[in-house]
Amino acid sequence: MPIDVKDYLKPHVTLSMAERLDLVRRRFADESHIVVDQEAFKKDPDQAILFVCPAQVFKLNEKEGTCIVNFEDCLECGTCQVARRYTTWRNPKGGYGVTYRFG
Amino acid sequence: MSSERFEVVIVGAGLSGIAAALTLARAEVEVLVIERGDFPGAKNLFGGILYSGVLAELVPNFWEEGPVERHIVNRRWAILNEDSQVALDLKSARFDTPPYNNTFTALRSKFDRWFAEQAEQAGAFIINETTVEGLILDGDRVTGVRTGRDDGDVLADCVILAEGANALLSEAAGLRQPMSPTNRVNAVKEILALPPEIIEDRFHLEGNQGAAIEYFGGAVKGMVGSAFIYTNRDSISVGVGCLIDDYLRTKTAPYDLLDEFKAHPAVAPLLRGGVTVEYATKMIPEDAYNDLSDLYAGGVMLVGDCAGLVNPSIHHEGTNLAMASGVFAAEAFLEAREKSDFSAAGLASYRRRLDASWVMKDLAHYRDTVHFLRYNREFVDDYPRLAIEVIRDYFTIDDTPKADVRRRLIRKVRDEVAFFRLVRQLWRARKTLV
Repeated sequence: MPIDVKDYLKPHVTLSMAERLDLVRRRFADESHIVVDQEAFKKDPDQAILFVCPAQVFKLNEKEGTCIVNFEDCLECGTCQVARRYTTWRNPKGGYGVTYRFG
Repeated sequence: MSSERFEVVIVGAGLSGIAAALTLARAEVEVLVIERGDFPGAKNLFGGILYSGVLAELVPNFWEEGPVERHIVNRRWAILNEDSQVALDLKSARFDTPPYNNTFTALRSKFDRWFAEQAEQAGAFIINETTVEGLILDGDRVTGVRTGRDDGDVLADCVILAEGANALLSEAAGLRQPMSPTNRVNAVKEILALPPEIIEDRFHLEGNQGAAIEYFGGAVKGMVGSAFIYTNRDSISVGVGCLIDDYLRTKTAPYDLLDEFKAHPAVAPLLRGGVTVEYATKMIPEDAYNDLSDLYAGGVMLVGDCAGLVNPSIHHEGTNLAMASGVFAAEAFLEAREKSDFSAAGLASYRRRLDASWVMKDLAHYRDTVHFLRYNREFVDDYPRLAIEVIRDYFTIDDTPKADVRRRLIRKVRDEVAFFRLVRQLWRARKTLV
């Protein structure tokens, strides 16, 4: 089928994080493969895992000052644990987690 | 309880692990590859360039059968500031014939699956959906792996760790230096779907030709890292990758950096009409050569990203180093098998093979690159910005006499560059940047 060039002259639309994550097939395990030491998190002045995680897995519970871990959104790069050792990251159980279509 | 036993167990079906498995299987070694994803490639990621010298030796003419996307005939290295781009552009017809400068784009979910099939056809066993949770030790000798499966111990004469940049097993076993924000990059990328005709027209390509553009300086806000656009068959890969320490220092989120890059006036027109079909992220090792461990011990060898085998310079090669290390590990095993000595001494030829090859020669040459850039930030921030401003202003047409423009620009450079510091930096840069 011939393509219509006009379709490809429109600006690229950047997706929200939720839309981006929806593009990656993920099989959810029952248990989190990420554990945050909440006391150490509270003492981190930057609370760095909130912004350094490329999938926004970590959210601040503003009331409690604790870190919510949405491990189902994890794209398995391991950056959180390298950035802050108060995060413990393990490989999800075999067959769980992300499957990239393109990679 | 009886444990399964193989001659070699390889942890991870990426490029290094599969290259090792293929080499071993062809030598009729009983080899098992354990992969935690649904299939080899399911969890594998890279920016997008497959450097294929080693691959061409393993699978001659792989480009005829293997699922590569495009061969790269056009490379561009660009620096950006907020409003402008200055670039060095290389396009060569020499890259348009086999072996295509050993430079291809690929998508790992497809490519690694095919590459693993080559290993399987040669006789390697690959088991998917299985996570290796620990190493089995006898004294200081690795004798097998513990998997997450019930009854899941597998014993081996030798374990090859090909677990990737997030080197959990290697680190826990003390086989490598700890991962840290200064030896790990985080990269994020998006795949944007576009018809081949649009890609070829937009990037001035024909047929299977491809383009690879790397962006520095303001493209990543003066951080140690780069941004990129690579053309696949019917999509383009767009991404950014920076030292984790720089994200932390500047409190920058990787996805925000990517969004800003995509919106740059020199970048946005290349992305028009592209529909995001995947968002992905990985760490990239930038372990300095001096900080590399031996990369082997009794009964175990480290290959690919977990060994830290990535060239951190402007060359940014990883895939070819990964495959070479896999082949060397396989050859070291074969040599050790002749004497039935899988101790550290028996496997020492792995490191000797690496050291004698271009792999370690390159890593040794670029041993200081990351350190140099972290402590000479002018090279990623001030100098690129100044270079753009000087070139932009030099070609700005506003009816100022050219002699006045030249004088003004020379004064600007003198004001902004500490001359002797620059001389000293350039002297050091000869071994870190080029």
